[in-house]
Amino acid sequence: MNSLKVSILNKLVRILISFFFISLVSFMIIRLIPGDPVTHILGERGATEERMQELKKLYGLDQSLLKQFQIFVSQAAVGNFGESTVSHQSVMSEFKVLLPATIELAMLSLIWASVAGVLLGILAAVKRNSLWDYSAISISTIGFAMPIFWWALLCIFFFSVQLQWLPVSGRIGFEFEVPYVTGFFLIDSLLSENSWAAFLSALRHLILPAFVLGTIPLAMITRITRSAFIDVEKEDFIRTAKAKGLNQSQIIFKHVMKNAMPQILTTIGLSLGQLLTGAIITETLFSWPGIGRWLIKSIEARDYPVVQAGLFYSMLIIALTNVVVDAGIEKLNPRMRAAK
Amino acid sequence: MFLRQAVILTLFISSTAFAAKNLIYCMEGSPSTFNPQLASDSVSLNSSSQAIFNRLVEFKKGSTEVIPSLAKSWTVAKNRKTYTFKLRDDVTFHSNDIFKPSRKFNADDVVYTFKSQMDAKHPLSIPAANYEYFKAMELDQIIADVKKTDDYTVVFELKKPEAPFLANLAMDFASILSEEYAQNLVKSGKGLKMLETNPIGTGPFVFKSYQKDSAVRYTAFDQYYKGKPKIEQLVFVITTDSTVRLQKMKTGECHVMSEPQPQDIESIQKTAGLKLVSTEGLNVGYVAFNTSKKPFDNLKVRTAITHALNKKSYIDAIYKGQGTVAKNPIPPTMWSYNNSTADDEYSIEKAKQLLKEAGFENGFETELWTLPVSRPYMPNGKKLGELMQADLAKVGIKVKLQTFDWPTYLEKSKKGEHAFIQFGWTGDNGDPDNFLNVLLGCSAVKAGSNYARWCQPEFNALIQKAKEEPTQAKRSDLYEKAQVIFKKEKPWVAVAHSRQNKVISDKVTGYTIDPFGHEQFESVDIK
Repeated sequence: MNSLKVSILNKLVRILISFFFISLVSFMIIRLIPGDPVTHILGERGATEERMQELKKLYGLDQSLLKQFQIFVSQAAVGNFGESTVSHQSVMSEFKVLLPATIELAMLSLIWASVAGVLLGILAAVKRNSLWDYSAISISTIGFAMPIFWWALLCIFFFSVQLQWLPVSGRIGFEFEVPYVTGFFLIDSLLSENSWAAFLSALRHLILPAFVLGTIPLAMITRITRSAFIDVEKEDFIRTAKAKGLNQSQIIFKHVMKNAMPQILTTIGLSLGQLLTGAIITETLFSWPGIGRWLIKSIEARDYPVVQAGLFYSMLIIALTNVVVDAGIEKLNPRMRAAK
Repeated sequence: MFLRQAVILTLFISSTAFAAKNLIYCMEGSPSTFNPQLASDSVSLNSSSQAIFNRLVEFKKGSTEVIPSLAKSWTVAKNRKTYTFKLRDDVTFHSNDIFKPSRKFNADDVVYTFKSQMDAKHPLSIPAANYEYFKAMELDQIIADVKKTDDYTVVFELKKPEAPFLANLAMDFASILSEEYAQNLVKSGKGLKMLETNPIGTGPFVFKSYQKDSAVRYTAFDQYYKGKPKIEQLVFVITTDSTVRLQKMKTGECHVMSEPQPQDIESIQKTAGLKLVSTEGLNVGYVAFNTSKKPFDNLKVRTAITHALNKKSYIDAIYKGQGTVAKNPIPPTMWSYNNSTADDEYSIEKAKQLLKEAGFENGFETELWTLPVSRPYMPNGKKLGELMQADLAKVGIKVKLQTFDWPTYLEKSKKGEHAFIQFGWTGDNGDPDNFLNVLLGCSAVKAGSNYARWCQPEFNALIQKAKEEPTQAKRSDLYEKAQVIFKKEKPWVAVAHSRQNKVISDKVTGYTIDPFGHEQFESVDIK
C-alpha cells in the first residue's frame, strides 16, 4: 500500500512540473498564431493605429509577453483565469456552467459504451468466428470509421425527424426552466418545479447525443475486450481451470474476466479522459452547451483567457485520468505492482 | 419500453403545461453580451437591442427609413449641427429582481446613454469597456455635447454637419439604457458589469434568463409603450448547425429560423408547414484588387479581370439564385444607387486584348485569398474562388488559392499583404456613406477596411462632401457621381448582393423580414 502512495506522489510531482511547461505552451501557442482578440472584434471593419493600441491596452496585450505570462501564472495559481474577451464574464463562471453539461454527456455515453462494448466484446470472444463475432467486429469497425457528424445527422434524421421519438437538439425542453444548483440537468430538473416532467425531458435530450458520442469508445471497448479475452483464454491457468472441470460461465466470469479487466479498464479510463475534454462535433450538432464548443469558439475568436484556461483544464483531466487509471490497475493487477 | 412510455408521458405533460403563447426562434450563435452598447455581432444585437431596448429613432419595419421611437419629433438647426429631440413621456423601463424603476423614461436617460459612451471618465461609464460600435461610427468625434433642456427635451451639439447622424441614432449601440438602474448598480456595489448580464430596457420583451450557449428567455412587457406584444414567452434557442436548425423547424421545435443555407432553399419551399421569407439584403460581396501592388495598380489589368469573370454563373452556383449580380458597390435597394452605370460584360476576347495591351500577353501568376467564413454576402468563398480560378485560367492568369482562419485573414489583409482578395460588407445604418466611405474612402486605407487600398482624390472628395450636404437629393447626386468613378477605376469586382432569408413556420403571423437582419417580434403572433 505504501508503494502505491509513493507512486501516486511521484506522479503528482511529475504532473506539477509538466503543468508549468504545458501552461507555458498553452500560453504561447495561442499567441503564436496571427491575429488577436482585437482583430477579431473589429471584423471586416477597420480602425486607426491609435484605436488599435487603445484596444490592445484594454486587454493587456500592450505588455511584454513575459509580463503577460507572469500575470497568467500568478493569477491561475489562485484559481483566477481572467475574463473572456468576448463575453467579458469571468472564465471560471462560464466554466462552472459548461463543465457539468460535458460531464453529464461524457458519463452517459461512457456508461452505454462500456456496458454495450464489454458485452459485445465478450460475446465475440466466446463465440469466436461465429456470426456473433463477425457482427460484433463489423459493428465496431463501422462505429470506429463512421464520421461522427454524418452519424449524428443520420440519427437526428431517423430518430427525431422521421420517428419523432427524441428531440433534435438542446439540453431540455424550453418549457422547463431549471434553476442552476449543481449544473447537472438530471439532478437539477428533479429539484425544479414539474420535477418529473423536466427530468424526463432532460433525459430524452441526453439520449441521442450520448448514443452518438459513445459510438467510438464503444467500438474501441468492444475490440479491446475481445482481444483481451482471447489473449487470456490462451493462458495456462485457463487450461488448468478447464481441466479441473469448471463450466464455461465460471471460467469466463471468475478467471478470464478478472485477468482481462486491466486492459479493458485502461481503455475505458482513457476514453473518459477524452470525453471529459469535450466533444466538439457532437456538442455542435446537438447544440450541447459544453466545454468543447466553448474552446473551439474561443480559439476562433482568439479569446486568450478562455483558450489558456481550457487547455489547462484539458491537460489536467488527461493527466488525472491517467494517474487514476494507473493506480486502479496496479491495485487490480499484482504483477504490475511487483514490476516496480 | 421505458423509452416509449417516457416519450408518451412527456409529450402529454408538455402539451398540457404549455398552453400560453410561446415562440421559439432558433439562431446560429450565442450572444456575447446583453448590453447593446458593447455588442457588435448580429446575434448579440438581436438578443439585446432588438428584443429588450428602444432607441430615440428607429428604422421603419422592413426599410431603412428613419421614424420616431422614444423621440416623438425632432428639429435640426440651420447650421445642421444642433439636433433637438422631443421625448415621449409615457415610456416605462422594465423591472427585474434587483431593480424597480421609480420614474418613467426621460431626458436624463438619453444624456447618460450617450455621455457614458463618449467619455471614459463619466461616473457611469463601464470600466474598461471599448464601446466599439460607437467609436467605429466615429460618434466620439462627431458629438460635441448632449444636453437636457427639460425633462422631455434633449439637444445634441455636433462638431460638424453629419448627414448620416439620424440613421446612426437608430443603430443598436444607441439603445437607451436606464440611468437610474446604472446608478443603483454602482450604489449597491453590484457593479456596471450587471448591465451585460441583467439588462433593463424599454423594449417589447423583458429579459428573463440566459443559459449559456443554449437559450435566452424573455417575457412580454405588459407596459410596452406600443402595447403588449402578442407572444407571451419568447425563447431564443442557440442551434449552431444550420442543418440541425432546419430539422428542428421540421419537427416544430423552432418557429422561426435564422440563416438557412442557400442549398437548402429549394427543399424548404417544398416542405409543408414551412415558409421562406426573404428580402433584398443590405450587403455586397466583392473581390478587391490590392491597387498598391503590381500588376493590380494597372487599370488595364483590373479591367481585363472584370471582363474575364462570369459573375452570372457565380449567382447560380454559389448563391443558388439567392442573390443578384452586383455592378455598383452599394446594393440596389439603397437610395443613391446609380442605375445608369453599365456593368462590364463577360468577354474573354476583351480580357485577352486588355492583358495584351498591358503587356501580359501570356498572363501572369497571382494569389487569390478566399473568404474563410460563410457570410450571407458570400456563402462559400472557397468554391467561389475555384470558379474564379477556372475563369481566369481561360485568359492565361494562373491563380493560386490561399486562405487562413478568420482572425489571421483579417490581420494580414488589413496590413495589405494580399494581392487579390474576397470580402464583403453588410450595412449598419442604410446610409451610402456606410459603404462608400467605410470601404473605399482614403481614411479607410489607414484603418484597414479599404482592402483595395485605393485612395482616389476625386472619389474621396465627392463622398466627403456628401457627408455634409443637407438634403438627400444633393447627397444622392454626389454618391451617384462617385459610383461612376468607381466603375471607371475598378478597385473591386463587385460580385453579388445576396438576399436575406429566414424560415418561419406557417403558424407564425405578422413576421416582417428586415434588410439589416434584425429580428423583431413585437408584432408577431402565433396560431
